[in-house]
Amino acid sequence: MRELTYREAIQEALCQEMRRDPTVFLIGEDIAYLGGPYAVTKGMCEEFTEERVRDTPISESAIIGSAIGASLNGMRPVAEISLCDFLMVCVDQVVNQAAKYRYSTGGSVNLPLVIRTSYGTRGGSGAQHSQDLYAMFLNVPGIKIVLPATPYDAKGMLLASIRDPNPVMFFAHRLLYGLKGPVPEDDYVVPLGKAQVIREGQDLSIVATGKMVHEALAAADKLASDGARAEVVDVRSLAPLDRDTICESVRKTGRALVVDEAPQTGGATAEIGMSIVEGCFDFLDAPVVRLGARDFPVPFNHALTKSNLPDREAIYQSCLQLLGREE
Amino acid sequence: MDHVNLLETMLRIRRFEEEVDRLYFAGKTPGQPHSCTGQEAPAAGVCAAMEPGDLLASNHRGEGHLIARGMDLYRLFAEVLGRRDGYSRGKGGAFHIADLSLGILGTTGIVGAGLPIAVGAALATQMRGERQVVVAFFGDGASNQGVFHEALNLAGLWKLPVLFACENNLYGFSVAQSRHQAIKDVAARAESYGFQGEVVDGNAVLDVREAASRAMARIRAGEGPFLLEMKTYRWGGHFGADPGTSYRPPGELERWKERCPIKLYKELLLQRNLMSEDALEEVDDRITAEVEEASRRAQECPEPPLSAAQEDLYLEVQS
Repeated sequence: MRELTYREAIQEALCQEMRRDPTVFLIGEDIAYLGGPYAVTKGMCEEFTEERVRDTPISESAIIGSAIGASLNGMRPVAEISLCDFLMVCVDQVVNQAAKYRYSTGGSVNLPLVIRTSYGTRGGSGAQHSQDLYAMFLNVPGIKIVLPATPYDAKGMLLASIRDPNPVMFFAHRLLYGLKGPVPEDDYVVPLGKAQVIREGQDLSIVATGKMVHEALAAADKLASDGARAEVVDVRSLAPLDRDTICESVRKTGRALVVDEAPQTGGATAEIGMSIVEGCFDFLDAPVVRLGARDFPVPFNHALTKSNLPDREAIYQSCLQLLGREE
Repeated sequence: MDHVNLLETMLRIRRFEEEVDRLYFAGKTPGQPHSCTGQEAPAAGVCAAMEPGDLLASNHRGEGHLIARGMDLYRLFAEVLGRRDGYSRGKGGAFHIADLSLGILGTTGIVGAGLPIAVGAALATQMRGERQVVVAFFGDGASNQGVFHEALNLAGLWKLPVLFACENNLYGFSVAQSRHQAIKDVAARAESYGFQGEVVDGNAVLDVREAASRAMARIRAGEGPFLLEMKTYRWGGHFGADPGTSYRPPGELERWKERCPIKLYKELLLQRNLMSEDALEEVDDRITAEVEEASRRAQECPEPPLSAAQEDLYLEVQS
């Protein structure tokens, strides 16, 4: 199968869907000529014109608000908030308006909109441009949250998100944009709300999100040479969360390590970890362990940034400890 | 007849709000009413100028807008009472009511939040090459929200078909306009966004309707948005539990009651020989009975089933 980068896979999903469905359009800052901060929409303006690839002023509340209004009036907007940190500027429209509209009107309306954003921690950008701000929205019923980790899933889940008649937040990890992987040319969807076992194993389950999925795979390789077989579960969807797939894995292996890149306290690992306890307690051979970043804002210096983040080595060490525990 | 409809609409709003306040003080409403009593003319006048396909974004003091746009009184009362037959199944209350069949995008409990939503609905109609106008109601208080700036800037930039309809009732909750903004006319802000604003007497319903019609004709012709500021006054406090007396100077309310929009319009109808005293009384009695009946029925409406608390989060689509 031909390979695309994660970035190309996202653009292909957008282009294919915009060709198929004339009500789909993009709205956000710097998306038309710059193509977005990571060149995801570069060149799309030529085919779809400024009508459907709309640059806006620096107005996050207006971007999300107009996406809501357009979705109430027959369109399927894909709004871009270039860095997830900037979601904080428009949280009211996301949390108080979009997430509540359908439920609070007793099902009178539905909002088929997508909010596309980027996340992923690295050095050199400072605390306001380096966050992974999805867990906070987990605590807001009414909005779906997905974070694909592969090019295949990026295309399939974006297509599913656009076709979903509900608000979906699509988080793309900025350090995965260059990752290559097999991506079918034709139309396909990866259903939202489904996790995936991407590496089978018997001895423990590493349940990971985003770039940590790839760190987990690297750790699993190292564990394999130690004779331990780690199963890796790619969460893919935080809301709805696929507790069934995750718990099925942990009931099989008896041990769980949950890994997420955002600061640990109150992060996605808290919800996933507790879900594992609820669903798998009688099958656990060890307490659930979770790994996130240390609880600090992201610093500027690269080495300092890295020192607070989980990585393949930290995952590997955690797994050794998890395996070394006695019943 | 148009002039009878206008009177009926204002009376319907007035009697509805009076009844909701009565229900509230009798302890029968789950929440606080945010009455628009005294502000009937902006709702009635603007909505009378709208065409059937036009859209409306309302706010936290929106029952007047909803009634003027034709919402069913029984279902509105039922929603305010949190009952099963309410527009939102009792799950929203006055802050969360929408009905796209009437072009009502929704009320909202966050001041100003409906403005960018109205802009988005207008964007959709523009993209499809249609001639809908989207009316967005908001108050003087909302005109200081950051989202007001963002919404008007975007609408002005893209020349979107939005009528920004400001009901300036001189207060944002307890803070008088003179204490919350340096300007007197919210309409003056339109120029900063590249379009025009106009001030009109918000308690003169014919003036409102005429100004709104003119503005909508321009918007519909593709001239871009317009800001119509209607000077008016709310008789009640911000909500039911607020008598509105701790922050308003004595005599102010009485002066505005002298300018009651319904009283003024009745006087005008008499002066112009459009309706007789008897005819005016007949309309009042009829509308009062209509509202009372709707309230009575709504009070008998059952509660929603408990299962409703777990429904309507997502629209499920069979794959």
